[in-house]
Amino acid sequence: MAVAGLSRASTESTSTLQWALLAVAIAGLLVAPFFVYPVFLMKILCFALFACAFNLLLGYTGLLSFGHATFFGGAAYFTAHAVKVWDWAPEAGILVGVAGAAVLGLVMGFFAIRRQGIYFAMITLALAQMFYFFCVQAPFTGGEDGIQGVPRGELLGFISLNQPLNIYYFVLAVFLAGVFAIWRIVHSPFGMILRSIRENEGRAISLGYSVANYKLAAFVMSATLAGLAGATKAIVFQFATLTDVTWQMSGEVILMTLLGGIGTMIGPIVGATLVVTLQNTLATSGFPVTIATGLIFMACVLVFRRGIVGEILARLPDRNSK
Amino acid sequence: MTMVFGIPIQAFLGQLLVGLINGSFYAMLSLGLAIIFGMLRIINFAHGAQYMLGAFAGYLLLAWAGVGYWPALILVPLIVGGLGILIERLAISRLYNLDPLYGLLFTFGLALVLEGIFRYYYGVSGKPYAPPPLLSGGANLGFMFLPIYRGWVVIASLVVCLGTWLAIEKTKFGSYLRAATENPSLVQAFGVNVPLLLTLTYGIGSGLAGLAGILAAPVYQVSPLMGTDLIIIVFAVVVVGGMGSILGAIVTGYILGLAEGFTKVFYPEASSTVIFVIMALVLLVRPAGLFGKDA
Amino acid sequence: MAEPAKPLLSVRGLNAWYGESHALHGVDLDVYPGETVTLLGRNGVGKTTTLRAVMGLIRKRTGSITYDGHDLLRLPLHHTARRGIGFVPEERGIFATLSVDENLVLPPVVAEGGMSLDEIFTLFPNLKERRNSQGTKLSGGEQQMLAIARMLRTGVRTLLLDEPTEGLAPVIVQRIGEVLRELKARGMTILLVEQNFRFARRIADRFYLMEHGKVTAGFPVSEIEDRMPLLHDVLGV
Repeated sequence: MAVAGLSRASTESTSTLQWALLAVAIAGLLVAPFFVYPVFLMKILCFALFACAFNLLLGYTGLLSFGHATFFGGAAYFTAHAVKVWDWAPEAGILVGVAGAAVLGLVMGFFAIRRQGIYFAMITLALAQMFYFFCVQAPFTGGEDGIQGVPRGELLGFISLNQPLNIYYFVLAVFLAGVFAIWRIVHSPFGMILRSIRENEGRAISLGYSVANYKLAAFVMSATLAGLAGATKAIVFQFATLTDVTWQMSGEVILMTLLGGIGTMIGPIVGATLVVTLQNTLATSGFPVTIATGLIFMACVLVFRRGIVGEILARLPDRNSK
Repeated sequence: MTMVFGIPIQAFLGQLLVGLINGSFYAMLSLGLAIIFGMLRIINFAHGAQYMLGAFAGYLLLAWAGVGYWPALILVPLIVGGLGILIERLAISRLYNLDPLYGLLFTFGLALVLEGIFRYYYGVSGKPYAPPPLLSGGANLGFMFLPIYRGWVVIASLVVCLGTWLAIEKTKFGSYLRAATENPSLVQAFGVNVPLLLTLTYGIGSGLAGLAGILAAPVYQVSPLMGTDLIIIVFAVVVVGGMGSILGAIVTGYILGLAEGFTKVFYPEASSTVIFVIMALVLLVRPAGLFGKDA
Repeated sequence: MAEPAKPLLSVRGLNAWYGESHALHGVDLDVYPGETVTLLGRNGVGKTTTLRAVMGLIRKRTGSITYDGHDLLRLPLHHTARRGIGFVPEERGIFATLSVDENLVLPPVVAEGGMSLDEIFTLFPNLKERRNSQGTKLSGGEQQMLAIARMLRTGVRTLLLDEPTEGLAPVIVQRIGEVLRELKARGMTILLVEQNFRFARRIADRFYLMEHGKVTAGFPVSEIEDRMPLLHDVLGV
């Protein structure tokens, strides 16, 4: 996907200033639960990880998936089932969710990769809808009610996740691990190849790369990390429902990434924070969330394609062009 | 009672008819999508919302102005098409030079807004819309009972689809559309106002969706949600058919509708997903689609 | 031929860009009514770009383009034809989804004085036989004829032709030469881009030589022999 003006924003070299900012951010996250409602923070962290995972596919590989809710919500279902019905520990439950998301990613990716561009997006949408219908009918998902009352359990057998601070730091650790994993992927040789596929797929093919395999690998990685976000969310909120596997949820993560800045590392985090906060605020105001979401989508596509972080990066004076 | 494949023939034909009805709407909607995509290179996610708009326009014309079904058949496509022209002029025309995925995202946002507005005012339950007296009731054909309005839907959709196809393939205006689809700048260099053609195309596509909506109102009830779930199925239809050919889009719509109906007879749980399964199969053996011309 | 004072087409200081790439660096040329002018030059000097910039297919332009007293630079693309200029592109641009007949009548009539279909079929009899074939089923030569023929119905007074003989057999090239001479006789003004020097030499009245996105020389056909050393240097003829 040839995204406006991003060619230079994607390789952010680390500098002392950036390390300092990162340290400040992490310090802030460490003390945040003392100032802000921890469940709200955890919701942001889960969706931020979801958006970062999605951005690995869109911003860095150039593939728009309209079906990422399958991995997010699917993992939530798998984890909820493992923890509630099989009585597994939370970390094992999350692993089940992640593994399930990886398998779903492999299957969906295998079919979607066979077409490019707009068809790829439509196929992911259709397959995700298929998974949604499956979830509606399958007994293990609990249908319209979903899986409720998922126990948080004890991490490693002794850390009770029912304590707000315990579960907050656990989710923070998962989030940081996930984002770190994405950062490593993006800045690895593998990540460079993904970016070259985004820029010019034809050239990558002519250079001898089996582009389909790279795309599929990126797809599975993105799905797995999205699954990590969904599995964690199931433990935090203690339920998994159909809402998590709808096309609206797939649209939400696209919006978070678009609003924050496609192809930037912190853009999706910013976008997720904004969207979750917006939804929270609107929930009490009576203004329909779908209309707000739709309006922001349209505005972003028309006048704000680089997203917030993208716009900021574009205006920094010392960035030279690609 | 005659049996076919082990079930009563009435039940069998009844489900096939339902499949044919669904297929009629799949055909009309994928036709509109294919026309818009062909010319504008934009996937109109709002197509389902425009279909819903058509149904609501018919409902509101009756509720607010007492305008019945037959005048609505003319007015509704004009209203929805007119709205489409407005949207194209204001927003969509600015997206032509961008990656086509932005068009998908913009129309996705538009669909959310349209659905959100109607959901806000009308809730999620369906409103009834009665078929006109002329088309009410049913006919007993012996081997099955045919509701007259259902039969009308099938005939009307065939007329609309074939009529549109003829207009595109056989008329002068259609030749402008086909040529502009292939090489818009050259056609413009000949003196044809291609930007206007693009606007009209989006208007025609939206109008077709609106027409499908008013035709659907007596069948499916009028609900703010009727569009978006349908459009995702139509996307699958379009992937199966391939977007290169108008006729391909139409034929695939009917075939997949019938496949859905057929599945409902023998394996009802799979009926909501069979089209997606067919899509997956087609992707394996013929990725460009059954009638696809482009890779 | 005594030239009237005013050129029909006048280009001054034309600069044009393909995206970031600066393709034309200030082209100056004139075409007088009824003349056939040829742009000569090596591959990539900007001959096709000049035609496309005059037509308006390239929008990033500065300078001045005047046709029949009207400014072309600020005109929207679909108005340029209505001023009376027809374009025959290098790739011919025959539409695959249209029949030969539909291709032929596609460009709208923009002025009076265009040929009737009968006259066109007299000039191009093989097109009449193939009327209902799909446009791209024609041979290269037939497609080139079609690309020229469809402009003749429109009433344009000026034709911009981009490499009409490229890739065609000598017999067809000769036929095209006859057609162009016939059009000349009917008063058509022609701006031609041609690599085939011998072909250009036999129909053009004047030449411009282009190098690196500029016109570096202009001369009438009578001076061709004197210019041969220069042309040999630059073009290798």
